[in-house]
This record gives sequence, structure tokens and C-alpha cells, in this order.
Amino acid sequence: MNKNLALKIYENFYLIRNLEERISKEYLNWQMRCPTHLSVGQEMVSACINQVFSKSDSAVSSHRAHAHYVGKGGSIKKMISEIYGKETGCSKGLGGSMHLIDLKCNFMGSTAIVGNSIPVGVGHAMAHKYKKENRISLIFFGDAAIETGVFFESINLAILHKLPCIFICENNNYSVYSSFKERQNTEISIHKRIAGLGIKSIKLNTQNWKEVFKILAFAKNYVKKQKKPIFLEFLTYRKYEHVGPYLDNHLGYRPKKEILSWQINDPLKKIKNFLLIKKISNNKISLLEKKILSNIDKAFDYAKKSKLPKENNYKKYLFK
Amino acid sequence: MRKIKFSTAINEATDMCLNKEKNFIVFGLGSTDPRRIFGTTNKLVERYGKKRVFDVPTSENALTGVSIGLASSGVKVLFSHQRVDFSFLSLDQIINNLSKWYFMYGGQKSLPITIRMIIGRGWGQGPTHAQSFQSLFSRIPGLKVVMPSNPVNAKGLLISSILDPNPVIFLEHRWLHNLEDKVNKNFFLTKLNKSRIIKKGKDITIIGMSYSSVELKSLEKILKLNNIDAELIDLISISPIDYKTIYKSVFKTKKLLIVDTCHVSGSIGSEIISKLIQKNVKIFNKKPVLLGLPDFPVPTSHGYISNYYPSRKKIFLEICKIIEINKPKYYKGFFSNKELDKPKIFDGPF
Repeated sequence: MNKNLALKIYENFYLIRNLEERISKEYLNWQMRCPTHLSVGQEMVSACINQVFSKSDSAVSSHRAHAHYVGKGGSIKKMISEIYGKETGCSKGLGGSMHLIDLKCNFMGSTAIVGNSIPVGVGHAMAHKYKKENRISLIFFGDAAIETGVFFESINLAILHKLPCIFICENNNYSVYSSFKERQNTEISIHKRIAGLGIKSIKLNTQNWKEVFKILAFAKNYVKKQKKPIFLEFLTYRKYEHVGPYLDNHLGYRPKKEILSWQINDPLKKIKNFLLIKKISNNKISLLEKKILSNIDKAFDYAKKSKLPKENNYKKYLFK
Repeated sequence: MRKIKFSTAINEATDMCLNKEKNFIVFGLGSTDPRRIFGTTNKLVERYGKKRVFDVPTSENALTGVSIGLASSGVKVLFSHQRVDFSFLSLDQIINNLSKWYFMYGGQKSLPITIRMIIGRGWGQGPTHAQSFQSLFSRIPGLKVVMPSNPVNAKGLLISSILDPNPVIFLEHRWLHNLEDKVNKNFFLTKLNKSRIIKKGKDITIIGMSYSSVELKSLEKILKLNNIDAELIDLISISPIDYKTIYKSVFKTKKLLIVDTCHVSGSIGSEIISKLIQKNVKIFNKKPVLLGLPDFPVPTSHGYISNYYPSRKKIFLEICKIIEINKPKYYKGFFSNKELDKPKIFDGPF
């Protein structure tokens, strides 16, 4: 792993982590009034997106979309404004945290019903192929999406039509409070089951952070060269409750050992250690961190100062 | 002008749009099979290739989502279901994504998607192959819903639907497919949001939609025989409702009969009556009447059908009741109930 590349990944990761932690704090002031699913703990894949993929590649995501949106290059000012319900929000306050979009970086939308942005991403891939554009469609979803019918319908279609898309399953082991073992066959992991459908399928733990970049780069290359879709399963973990700003460790649905192991193996710490070992000065890193934190401050200031939409303005958006 | 069938008009409209629009794709189960969705997709794959016209897996929900992905990337879509009933597998995509994509991202991506759904009737289509349910689709904000009733408006409405930047649900009654009429060969548009006055009149307003508009038109002879000067309206636009046309007519006649093709409760007919009263409580001088299907699933055996679908006789007798004609005159052959299970113009396949 090249140290400059690692620094870029660290920068992305640090931004997503701290933006999310800041939301968690500010949320307590009751001004961010929409269901918000934080990505803290699940940033690793998103931190690599802009180092692997082009701006022209498209992406869709689910209810837990902040990391993907930011990783793809979405405006953080517009995202925070959206969560505050302001007219400057990326969806003009009509969508909230679960409906993010930034067409400038081809983040094509996130949706709030588990699984239901997956076919949309397959549609983007079909359009890329139809128009003979050299673009890839990134499709982000969680482990519960594997339980939906539409996932299987969609992946079958992508395989059948040899569409340029990457199915990215971030498996955080829980669907709200329901553990993976209550929902799926634990004897055969997701990626093995999916491989049986006739698609190349790879599994990786995101604690193994250097490999995340490599696998994504491999996947991109595979899709472009082989002209086929690919499926990636990343093991990851969320720090906070399913929805909202609080920790929920006291509920006891997640074993303490499990929580601790993910805290200890936080990729963010590992990347920073790597940078220090590679002789990137502490000073350089902390300057970068300060710059990121100041950008986050600016995003929050912008959102707070922005106006709420006029109460009848929603009526403009039923039909074009 | 040459005469063509309704199904040919659908085919012609699709063909013309494929020819005109480079970024336009047509798919649906049966699009390229030997039957070609009752002939409506004849010769399209031969003309435009399987990149643009193709058959699909039985994945209604995913394909609706795929349509959204295509449309939001600038590729227009025409997606067909051989029965309305099959489209219910895609209600998540239709309700949660398709109808609100433009809205929930603040007007950034509109979706030029047309979904054709075919309504079955007769020959034992039964509970899950004969549902109409325009009422359901019309209740979803963000969808335009149309019901063509003849070959002329089928062609114009389908072209308008495909070219519209918004999602359109296009409900075709299977019994209309063999209906023939003179249709202009040229490319033409028909407004999606306008009802059509079939015949002007002053005694009573009668509204039909889809196949029931054909039934209303077939009553013209008996209405004339009984000196009833009815204003017949073909609703066409199910959402939005063309209240301007309807209000004007009912305000003039003060009497209203609606023949819906769906279950009566919570129907479009019911909605129209409610809105008219909300606008003007004195608009009627006789109580409005709504005919449609009972609030039961569609039974299969033709033994049940005589009382399930409103017959021409029933429609006519309701008109007589409203207008207070106690001894209506009939012509020979008016009382035929065969059409309830299979109309003269239609021999299947269903």
C-alpha cells in the first residue's frame, strides 16, 4: 500500500467518521428532525470509493447512505442541510437523511425501503451499457437486503444481461435488532450462496483495510475487462443504534465481546498507525484533520443558517 | 382512412416512438414471444433489435426498479404486463420509488416510464386475472393514469404517455384489443389529462371508462328510441380527473350515472361523486348512481357473472330510473347477456 494512497483513504475515512460523530452530537438539539441512520464503524468501503472509481461511475444506496454519499463525493453542506430540512438540502428538504442525491458526482439516490434501490442501480448499469458509456454502477446495501426478493430478481437480471455493476453488501450482522443468525443460514456465508447464482463473489472483513482497496480495484477491473457484474460482501459493524444518535449497547442484543473486538480493530486507527510507520508526520496528519473538522463546521454553519423551505413549495415537485 | 385494431394501434404507437426516440427501450414478459403480448409488440424486435425490445425474467418488481434506473439515466421505458394483476408484484417499486422519485429528490430526476397493464375479463379469468384497479393507481400521488377506450385514443395516448417526462400507468382492457376503427397513419398526440365527450346531451351525464365507454356507446340506439338525450363522457384520464369537463356537464344535466370497471367502494366513480358534492352540494337534482363491480373478488364460473358485471340492460334501466321513464321501449335483441362473459368483438385468447 502506497502511503499517499493511504493518506487519501484516511482523509475520506476521517471526514465520514467525524461528520457522523458530529451529527450524533448535534442531533440531541432536536433540530435534525428526520430518521437518521449513522454510518460510524462502516466507513471503510466508502473511504476507498473515490480512490478506485471515477466520478462518472454511478451509485445508489439504502437508508444508511451517508458514508456512500460522502465517499462518492457528495456535497456535505447539502447533506447536512437536508437532514436539517432546509431548502438548501440536496433534496430540498423533501427527502431527508434517507433520500440523498448529488448528481454532480453521480450519486443517483438512496432509498429507505430495504432492497429497493438495488434494481435501480441495475437499471443504471443497463443504461451505461445501452449508451455504450464506459461507466460502472455501484450498488450499496446491507445484509438484510439479501433477504428480499427484489435482490434476487435484480442480480439475476444483471448476470443475464452482463451488466457493468458491482453489488456491494456491507454485512453489519444486524437488521435493526435482529441478529444475522435469526435471519439467514449461517452455515453458508452470503458470498458463497450468491456465487451459486453464477456471479463472481468475494468476501472480506473490513478490518483488513488494505485488502478493501485491493478488492474494490480488482472488482472494477473485473467488471471492465470481463464485462460481467461482481458481488462483494464486506463484514463491518455499526457503532450506534440502528436509527438515531445513541449507543444501544445496554439493550444487550449485541455481545460485549463483539462490540469490543470491532472497537479494537477500528480500521481508522490502523490506517493512522500505518501512516505514522510510513513516516508521514504527526503534524501533517493533524493539519489534515483540522482542515476536515473545519469543513464539517462550515457545513453545519451553512445548514443552520439556511432557510426552511416555504410551506407550499413541496407542491412544485409532483410532476415535471 | 384505413381501419386498424386497437392492438395494432398500440403496436403502431410503440413502433413510431422507437423510431423517433433513440434512447427508448421496450420490454415485458412476452414482448418477443410468438404471441407478442396479444400482437401489440409484433415485428418490433425485428425492426429495432433485441437491445431495444426484449423479453424479461418474471421479475416484475425488479424490472420496475430497473426502469427507474434507466429513466433516471436518460433512457425512456415502456414496460408491459399482460395482466394488471401481475403488476401487483411491483407495488413496492411503483408506490415507494416510481411515483415519488421526482418529488423526494426535490425535482431533480423525472421518470419517463410508461407501464402498460392489461385488464382481463370473462372466460373464467376469475379472482387474479380480471382485476382492473385503476382506483388503486389513481390514489398514488405522482402517477398519471390513463384508460384508452378505442383505437384512435389508444394510439395518441400511448405516444403521449411514452413522451411524457413523468410515469404513466396505461390501462388497456383486453376486450378492446380487437375493436376496429379508422386511425390516422401519422404520429399524433392525445392529451393525457382530458376526458372525451362521446356525445353531447342535456338530460343526464353518463361517464364510462375503458370498456364501459364502449358499452355506453352501444346504448345510443336504445337511448334515442326512448328520447333520452344523454351526454356521454369517456373519462380517459383516471388521474388527474378532468373535473372541468365533468363539472360543466353535470352542472348542465343535474343528473349523473357512472359506470366504473372496478369495485365500487373507494372507486374513481365514488371519488368523482364525492368531489362534485364537495364543490357544489346542489349540483344534483336526482341522486347520483354508481355502477361497477361489487366489493367482492371476481368469481370464475360464468354462472356467477350475470349478476357481477353491470349489464347493458342494468345500465339502461338505471338511466330510465333516474330520468323517470316507467315503461321503456326496447328493440329486438337488446336483451343479450352473452357479452358479460365474451363480447361479440372478442374471441380470445383471453
